[in-house]
Amino acid sequence: MSDDLQMRVTALHDEAAGVRRVRLEPVAGGPLPAFSGGAHVVVAMQDGTVTRRNPYSLCCDPDDRTGYEIAVARAAASRGGSAYIHERLGIGDVLTVGAPTNLFQPDWRAKKHILVAGGIGITPFVAMMAQFARAGLAFELHYAVRSRAAAAFAGVLQDRYGPRVKIYAADEGARLPLAALVGNQPLGTHLYTCGPERLMDAVLETARQAGWPDQALHSEHFMAPPPGDPFTVTLAGSGREVAVGPDQSLLEALEAAGINPRYLCRGGVCGECATKVVELRGTILHGDHFLTPEERAESRTIMICMSRFTGDRLVLDL
Amino acid sequence: MDTAYSATHRPETFREETFRGDFSYANSPENIRHFPFPFHEDQYRYSVNIEPHVPGRPGSAFEHLIDVDEHYVAEMADRAQVLAEDPLRCQALPHMMLAQWDTLELLMEEQARAYPHLFTLEKNGDRWRWINRPLGIDDTFTFGDPSTLPREPLDYISRQTQGDIALMDQRDGNLWMDAGMITAQADWSLDFDVGMNFHEWHAPVPLAPQMGVFDRALKYLLNLQLGKPVRRLNWTMTINPRLDTSPENYPKWGPDRTTVTPDNVGQKVHLRVELQSLWRLPRSNGMLFVIRSYMMRMDEVVTVPKWGRRLPRVLETLPQELADYKGLSRYRQTTIDWLKQHDDGAPTSPGIFPD
Repeated sequence: MSDDLQMRVTALHDEAAGVRRVRLEPVAGGPLPAFSGGAHVVVAMQDGTVTRRNPYSLCCDPDDRTGYEIAVARAAASRGGSAYIHERLGIGDVLTVGAPTNLFQPDWRAKKHILVAGGIGITPFVAMMAQFARAGLAFELHYAVRSRAAAAFAGVLQDRYGPRVKIYAADEGARLPLAALVGNQPLGTHLYTCGPERLMDAVLETARQAGWPDQALHSEHFMAPPPGDPFTVTLAGSGREVAVGPDQSLLEALEAAGINPRYLCRGGVCGECATKVVELRGTILHGDHFLTPEERAESRTIMICMSRFTGDRLVLDL
Repeated sequence: MDTAYSATHRPETFREETFRGDFSYANSPENIRHFPFPFHEDQYRYSVNIEPHVPGRPGSAFEHLIDVDEHYVAEMADRAQVLAEDPLRCQALPHMMLAQWDTLELLMEEQARAYPHLFTLEKNGDRWRWINRPLGIDDTFTFGDPSTLPREPLDYISRQTQGDIALMDQRDGNLWMDAGMITAQADWSLDFDVGMNFHEWHAPVPLAPQMGVFDRALKYLLNLQLGKPVRRLNWTMTINPRLDTSPENYPKWGPDRTTVTPDNVGQKVHLRVELQSLWRLPRSNGMLFVIRSYMMRMDEVVTVPKWGRRLPRVLETLPQELADYKGLSRYRQTTIDWLKQHDDGAPTSPGIFPD
């Protein structure tokens, strides 16, 4: 998009085993926009002939206007974005970065904020905690990791926030004490979780069973588009056919074909890229968190940033 | 394009005038051309008309994103008077403090960038110095520390910015009006609306909810991006150039609507336009809503021939429900009849700007 920033990689740091932190500073200089904890940016990477645009949570102090930082886990089933950052990205490289967008913001009314992270799901909380600490708001972080060696930011967060940070390492036999966490919290406490789906489901389910209202529960789903079988999409306007590769999202394939649909989060959350399905012979593999179960069943709309297709014919209103 | 009025808008002097009592408010010829006339065609048509809030035509109200004009000093004096009589015109729920600071920064930065001869903002880390020359203010404070300002940040900067200001919190898929400084409103009340969500505070608007207008507008606004503000124009009419047409003060201004006669339309009846801009706030992820009101009396409107022709045509096609909602039913026909003297029936050019 036109307001994207050109940002230079000024530091690469292995925050933990398999987690690379990338610091980006604006090529043109000048202060960056401040942002809010929980915000992400869409980073465009030129990986050979493929342009990848992935959303990453900002994991730095929102009031540091000199640079943005993201942290990327090496993914086993990567479409290429995480492999690119881990293997090919170097100091001095320039990336295109969109404006910060927040779909996981703190509820500023909360009397207390409880953050529950699993693995790389720690990233949005790094920025949130900086804001909470500056504003003097009550918070605690509960961080589940495979091992301390794999616990990105654990040391720096414990140094900054002391006993407000609790680490649970699976290889030490420690587990998140979910029932205790959601019990006996002061009225007006809000809970936020980010991490693997199973962990988030368990956190939210435990809280609901303990009587927490939905308005006090917040979660952010892992946002990278899933790889899958290749398929072809037809554009209603021109009749043109666009092939979607196995490690390419539908949105990316359209962009590669010179079409520029609207988008915002590229993670199936914001609804901006909702596209009308004109004809469907087959099944849409809905990968978003935006459509209701009824809308998914009807399949009159597809979120092209995350969803795929299997079948004979898919025609979109593009 | 009229080159005489394409010059950059750069207010140097400020009118001494009133918005009550003797109502000495008036627009200079240059400021008439600066006015954001809201009708781009001769027919009235309801639309949300949201567009990107980017710098527009030089000399117009769209040139700078936060517009300052010849009424600045007088408007700030009127606002101070309203606040002295009714402190509840400025309210902020406790969780809006971060959004207050976001707002202070945004309004200082925009005004200082657009009008360096009037405003200066110097930042040295969190230590900031703000100079407002028209109002004779020179304050140094610590950004983020309310104890270093004479008032809360929203109260402080809103007393130095033309236009009403509402701050919205975003949560639960809705926008909540949780803070504001509202002293120049077209018959709505912050004290009444504070804490309401988007659908609640729009509930009184006729026709639009059935059209799904507010559902679509809310969905659009929830995805409003940082650095990409949007704007729309809204309008009504006001009898006498009174900024504070609030429900609280209805007894003061309501009866004015019965005073319009064919002889005084030109002086009494004002077209009142709100240039509304919406901005995503960076640190709070809240939203800033600036409602900047412009008023122009009918005999000023008709000095621009295109506007003199168009306004009666638009007023004739306005649905009755909307005329009632806007409160102009009593004097609509009288105003149309007066304006028709200035409509020779010639076609008008597209768009809002003078020929």
